Amino acid sequence: MAVRKTKYEMPEQTPQERIKNFNEVPYGYSKHVAVEEAKRCLQCKNKPCMNGCPVEIDIPGFISCIAQREFDKAAEVIKAKSNLPAICGRVCPYESQCEGECTLKKIGEPVGIGRLERFIADYERNKGVKIPKKAKVTGKKIAIIGSGPAGLTCAGDLVKMGHNVVVFEALHDPGGVLIYGIPEFRLPKEIVKAEVNYITKLGVKIQYDVVVGKTITIDELTKEFDAIFIGTGAGLPNWLNIPGENLDGVYSANEFLTRVNMMKAYKFPEYDTPVKIGKVVATFGAGNVAIDCARTSLRLGAEKSYILYRRTEAEMPARIEEIHHAKEEGVIFHLLTNPIRFIGNEKGFLTEVECLKMKLAELDESGRRRPVPIVGSEFKIKIDTALVAIGQSPNPLIPNTMKGLKVGKHGNIETDDNGRTNIPGIFAGGDIATGAATVILAMGAGKKAAKAIDEYVSRDRNTVE
Amino acid sequence: MYEIVGKKVLSPSVKLIEVKASLIAQKAKAGQFIILRINENGERIPLTIADYNSKKGTITIIFMEVGKTTKQLGKMNIGDKILNFVGPLGVPSEIEKYGTAVCIGGGVGIAPLYPIIRALKHKENYVISILGARNKKLLMLEKEIDEISDELHICTDDGSKGQKGFVSDILQKLIDEKKKINVVWAIGPVIMMKVVANLTLKYDIKTIVSLNPIMIDGTGMCGGCRVSVGGKTKFACVDGPEFNGHLVDFDNLILRNRRFICQEEESCKIKED
Repeated sequence: MAVRKTKYEMPEQTPQERIKNFNEVPYGYSKHVAVEEAKRCLQCKNKPCMNGCPVEIDIPGFISCIAQREFDKAAEVIKAKSNLPAICGRVCPYESQCEGECTLKKIGEPVGIGRLERFIADYERNKGVKIPKKAKVTGKKIAIIGSGPAGLTCAGDLVKMGHNVVVFEALHDPGGVLIYGIPEFRLPKEIVKAEVNYITKLGVKIQYDVVVGKTITIDELTKEFDAIFIGTGAGLPNWLNIPGENLDGVYSANEFLTRVNMMKAYKFPEYDTPVKIGKVVATFGAGNVAIDCARTSLRLGAEKSYILYRRTEAEMPARIEEIHHAKEEGVIFHLLTNPIRFIGNEKGFLTEVECLKMKLAELDESGRRRPVPIVGSEFKIKIDTALVAIGQSPNPLIPNTMKGLKVGKHGNIETDDNGRTNIPGIFAGGDIATGAATVILAMGAGKKAAKAIDEYVSRDRNTVE
Repeated sequence: MYEIVGKKVLSPSVKLIEVKASLIAQKAKAGQFIILRINENGERIPLTIADYNSKKGTITIIFMEVGKTTKQLGKMNIGDKILNFVGPLGVPSEIEKYGTAVCIGGGVGIAPLYPIIRALKHKENYVISILGARNKKLLMLEKEIDEISDELHICTDDGSKGQKGFVSDILQKLIDEKKKINVVWAIGPVIMMKVVANLTLKYDIKTIVSLNPIMIDGTGMCGGCRVSVGGKTKFACVDGPEFNGHLVDFDNLILRNRRFICQEEESCKIKED
């Protein structure tokens, strides 16, 4: 039987409908469609898809379970490696990871691995998640700093190994970027809550309102814990550094998204935190965060939502699916456009942005063609709000409050491939170590660090006893 | 949850509360602040620490009821609990032996000044305190600050207590009297800090101000609290809240603090209805 060349479609809200609400865009596969999609998998012996998975899920294994309608077993296969599958199934860049390696790509579209993972995670969550048996208690205490994807993964794996794990979170909700950064319509917060709930049911304790470095120091933690994992993320927003950036109406992507997502400003005044965007919103940057900002703006009622980017669509770092969704919803892309100053009125509110037209020149160190300004091409666009989404740097709070920790030139904590820092017993992973990257890479780093931490505390025990 | 264990009404719109927060109380130093969120639907607001007691494990904050959250907080009583209370945030005051320090507090800005005066006295500085308020009723901590200051000067806008006029008038007088002043701390309304900083710039007196911009996370993540200091963008939450007053762009701060004023009114109105 010939294999179907295209993925089965995942039904979703129409663009006209969805820009009026914050509900999730796709609805997910039905059981029937999931089984059919799973049957497309060729079950390659060499499992190329797994090379693309930072958390090493047995992808053909769980897909074959789905094809045989053994959904519970499929969930077990995924959960053996991933503690947060409903999140991965929504925000992973599968096209460049597992699906990017799929053999079916030679004849058409890859297997919808992301969609299938999501299907299983949702199936399991709706049914009631099974809590696996815990390993024998080791008596070792491990502190995890930050409850983002790296920290939660690391915590989940360590607790399953029998360690006593405490997560310290600076904010009032768990999830890090999953809560403050990624919008509701892409990753519903109920799902983040459910996945965190699973982690806590495994036995992980989470302490909120603790800013490590301020409320408690790493040095104090080392007295109480056998090992520490730092997963504090890339929280520091980058700026354009152009005149007028402190005008009212200019937000960092972080501030804008935190207001809307974590503080639920889209429900103001039911929730107390406001956000004000006016009619025309310009987002600067073209990564996933920028696309999130532009699409969120439409849902908040912006009449026009622009993306201003200094290169072309080919260089955009955002996932193709996100760009596609944004276009469908009416986000307007101003490409080869670089802002040079913000202009405001006498009350200090933003009214315009002045830009330069760009052209692409030779390749730069990132392997992309370098944008250069076209002389004399200045022009202005009237805008009410500017969202600066040109990346984040590692949060300096811990490196700044801890002596002796080796930090790279971008402020990232230096580690080896297994998350070991230069200080024995202190590990780091995710964006704090790599600079801003993806949720799944952070999860992969958390996973590797968990192994290294387990080795470290076990070796410690062997020498002590 | 963080329990309110003490409360004082300092004036109809100014309240003091003492909150049980042991971890924060062990670490708090003069000049730092906390961020609180009253309940699930609440916003996160920063408030400077007015006092801390590591033995009791409590943090004292003093606030004026100006917006939705402070009004709601003002209605809370002993035994009530605040959902989130984080800190101590920001960089502590740089307390050294300067010589003579003039500590200027305006309105609720007097509250965070109190632990700074105490710390300066502890380092054997000669402390001249200048307290200002709109009127006698809004003047706070007069007795407490008098006890720990070497000199105390008071002024009110309407003359109902102390000298009629502004804190800057008293500072000018001290300067005219050729008092040797090594450092000035000014905490209060932005406009007051601006006037003081402009004055001391003329005489080249080191001046520290404590800024209170709008914040969300308080950990350097959102950049909502950014201020222009010496032409560079700084985050009040992690780089401040205290800065060299001669370098701060106060006009920009005044504008940035007004950015949600319409929404604030809307929010207050709805909850009062």
